[in-house]
Amino acid sequence: MAIISSAYAAQEASQEINPAEGGAENAGAAGSLAHGGVQKGAFPPFDTSNFAPQLVWLVLIFGVLYLLMSRLALPRVATILSTRETTIGADLDAARESQAKAQAADAQNNATLRTKKEEAQTIGREAQQKIAAEVGALRSSAEKKFAEEIAAAEARIAAEKARAMTSVEGIATEAAAAIVAKLTGAQVDGAKLSAAYRDATTH
Amino acid sequence: MNPETAAKPNPIEQFELVRLWEHEINGVEVSFTNASLYMLLAALGVVLLMVFATSRKALTPGRGQAAAEMLYEFVAGMVRQIAGEEGMRFFPFVFSLFAFVLIANLIGLFPYTFSVTSQIIVTFGFAVFVMAIVVAYGFYRNGFGFLKLFVPHGVPALVLVVLIPIEIISFLSRPISLSVRLFANMLAGHITLAVFGGFVALLLGAGAWAALAPVPLLAITALYALELLVACLQAFVFSVLTCVYLNDAIHPGH
Repeated sequence: MAIISSAYAAQEASQEINPAEGGAENAGAAGSLAHGGVQKGAFPPFDTSNFAPQLVWLVLIFGVLYLLMSRLALPRVATILSTRETTIGADLDAARESQAKAQAADAQNNATLRTKKEEAQTIGREAQQKIAAEVGALRSSAEKKFAEEIAAAEARIAAEKARAMTSVEGIATEAAAAIVAKLTGAQVDGAKLSAAYRDATTH
Repeated sequence: MNPETAAKPNPIEQFELVRLWEHEINGVEVSFTNASLYMLLAALGVVLLMVFATSRKALTPGRGQAAAEMLYEFVAGMVRQIAGEEGMRFFPFVFSLFAFVLIANLIGLFPYTFSVTSQIIVTFGFAVFVMAIVVAYGFYRNGFGFLKLFVPHGVPALVLVVLIPIEIISFLSRPISLSVRLFANMLAGHITLAVFGGFVALLLGAGAWAALAPVPLLAITALYALELLVACLQAFVFSVLTCVYLNDAIHPGH
């Protein structure tokens, strides 16, 4: 406090010197403005002559500031904040909706996949059965045909055999007649020979 | 110590009002002073932050807009918490007050600037205005029910005889306590900084004692951090108390 008051006294002293140096401007100001009974160099914040100019400008400047804040700045910030809130809310809703849609699509996809798989399996099974049936039919018809052919061939073989057997008798008779003719020079009746052959084979 | 060096450190000089343009209307001095200039700068600072930084209305805010939004939500939360949803009608006023005082306090911390809030008439003007709003709105909203503010609930009648005058005195002293708190904090802080600054100058001019000059310099550095806190804290305290008083006008029964 001692420092402040001593410095203060020094300031008072310098202010007394000032008007002499500062020229007519300071002196004129002191003369034109009513400073009341306040002594020059009073502690500035308590100098009542300083009150009016500060209050006037404070009211003016703070009034304009208040108007700018209440009419322009604060509603704008409020709009920004509410816009952000609604935007975020809408985006979240949209995201949730998209997720639900994706899940539904996934479920549908799975269901389709399952039915298609089942369809494919039934188609495969049916095709298999059809093929098996066709193969069976073809096999049975082929077997029947082959059996008939075999039977026909066997019949033909039997006929050929019978015919061959009869030919063998003729050939043997002829061969016997030729042998008799060569050996004895006698002509032998064919009928007799075959009767003899029949006697010989039946023995 | 010769007179030259003694005149140099003057911690009061920073509160001196300098008339930059002198004028008088109907006997009232309306001179544009350095105080007016720094009021204008503080208001301009607030406008820069709140109007220009938010002009893009970006969904994803930039640095300036984020700061403006933070300040908005901070003050809005404070008003809503203390004065309730109905107190939000005073939100633009409390916001302007807080922002103006805060920026004025912070600007005042720059060397060679003028601190608007270190003038008692400015803080007293604000305080009287706040109390005028409280009284006017209190009577407008509650009629004579506003006087319940001076009658504490559930107190015996005999005690009320003593208590009511005390409540009235405490109410009347509010504008003084509100204004002096801010004014004195700013004034004392700036004087302390200037005094310690003067010590540095004195020590530097005192021959071998100059070696000690860094000591008050370090003290200034530490004090400056404290003053930064005080500048923000006092702006906050001023607006919190404003909200508390406004709450009295809205709910005088409490």
